[in-house]
Amino acid sequence: MKNGKEIAINMASSVGSFAENKDLARAIRREQILPALRDGKKVILDFYGVNSTTQSFVHALISELIRDFGTEVLDRIVFKSCNETVKKLVSIVIEYMQYEEEPTESEFDS
Amino acid sequence: MNTTEGYFEGGAEPPFVVFTGNPGVRESLLFTGNPGKVCKMRFHIPNSAFLGNINHFLNGFDPSDPETLEISANLKWISVHPVVLCMIAAIGKPVRPENVSCEIVAKSGHYLKRMGLYDFLGIDSGIKVEEHEPAGRFIPLTQIQTSDNLTRFLTEMLPLLHLDPLYVQPIQYTISELVRNVLEHAYAPDGAILAAQYFKKSNTIRIGIVDTGIGIKESISDSYPASSDMHAIQLALTPGITGTTRRLGGSEQNAGAGLFFIKTIAYFNRDPFVIYSGSAMYKLLKRPKDGSIFLRGDPFADRHSKETNLPYWKGVVVGIDIGLTSTQRFANVLASVQDFYFRDLKQRKKAKYKRLKKPVFAA
Repeated sequence: MKNGKEIAINMASSVGSFAENKDLARAIRREQILPALRDGKKVILDFYGVNSTTQSFVHALISELIRDFGTEVLDRIVFKSCNETVKKLVSIVIEYMQYEEEPTESEFDS
Repeated sequence: MNTTEGYFEGGAEPPFVVFTGNPGVRESLLFTGNPGKVCKMRFHIPNSAFLGNINHFLNGFDPSDPETLEISANLKWISVHPVVLCMIAAIGKPVRPENVSCEIVAKSGHYLKRMGLYDFLGIDSGIKVEEHEPAGRFIPLTQIQTSDNLTRFLTEMLPLLHLDPLYVQPIQYTISELVRNVLEHAYAPDGAILAAQYFKKSNTIRIGIVDTGIGIKESISDSYPASSDMHAIQLALTPGITGTTRRLGGSEQNAGAGLFFIKTIAYFNRDPFVIYSGSAMYKLLKRPKDGSIFLRGDPFADRHSKETNLPYWKGVVVGIDIGLTSTQRFANVLASVQDFYFRDLKQRKKAKYKRLKKPVFAA
């Protein structure tokens, strides 16, 4: 933690170099990110040491935050030291979450 | 059960004798208690069964009696995709070892032993093999039942494959997403069964992941009514569709994108991909070598083949090849997915221009 206004979360120390365990993603969200955001803090997710991740992991990590706080929450989260793969997956999840709305009943029915 | 009873009374010798897993016990046909009907759950391993020609193997699968399993193989040689072994292991695991019979010749037997099939089925093949370091060649049949098991497996798997990071990423990604699908949606009593093997001649890693859970149709029908097994597969491969919710952004833990990503990795790299559940199988065929890359949400819009009348598989079978010669940078695949999502979501929601917020990245 740098100061009282922001916290830094070292992802690699929690999830290893391949960030894929969704249970751990959920735990980080619930136990570290959410309390910090509720306290009005900025959250730095430091991906240094994470070589790769999955869409499912990133979804479990941040989708519910966007749903709960709205897209404004993205101004308070910094994705630090992401390689190209991690950047792409974060961008994909953030993009599709912004189109979220209830589908029509007939859209995918047989 | 004395398996020579019923049809071969009076000590008559059965027409062929097979190894049963119990030294000294010979077995042939099982009397089922169904007058006039002798049946077993059967697999015959042909000399070649890869994703391109797997239909023959699948059509020879007989799931009629889940209490007994008979395995036979081509007498000369076999060369098969790991998904074939995963299927036999998954379906044979709950069968009592004394009810498993293998008619396998020595050469094939050695291969099956190395891949761990006999251990999986709990039978003693009597085959002794010199254990070599498997690094760079194969991942034997492995059962994964928990999230932590999977994480540990993915960490320990890397040295076994000895691959350049370029190849490791799509392989890790594929295994993680497919196994998590099993753990979260399949309700499979034995979890996920997987195996992988490197084939030098084609410079390809072939991966099989199989479960004997509720199958795609039952799983996806919680949110989307699927009219058939094939319709359920179509839905499962469509981005944004999950059995957990009808909401476009998915639920807290699922977005319905996992299988679409994996199909995309295969499409991008011109690799085959097969998914089989219930009586239906979808096979993604290689896109033309000089064809342009254009991702589609509907799997039926891709070059593919379908089978809808296969022997019923209760659960899900997935086979995928990752050709190391054709593998592209994973970030390039993801860039295509990102473009697709942007285009598809706008189209599907008939969205007007929307200024999207971008993530903040820092060095």
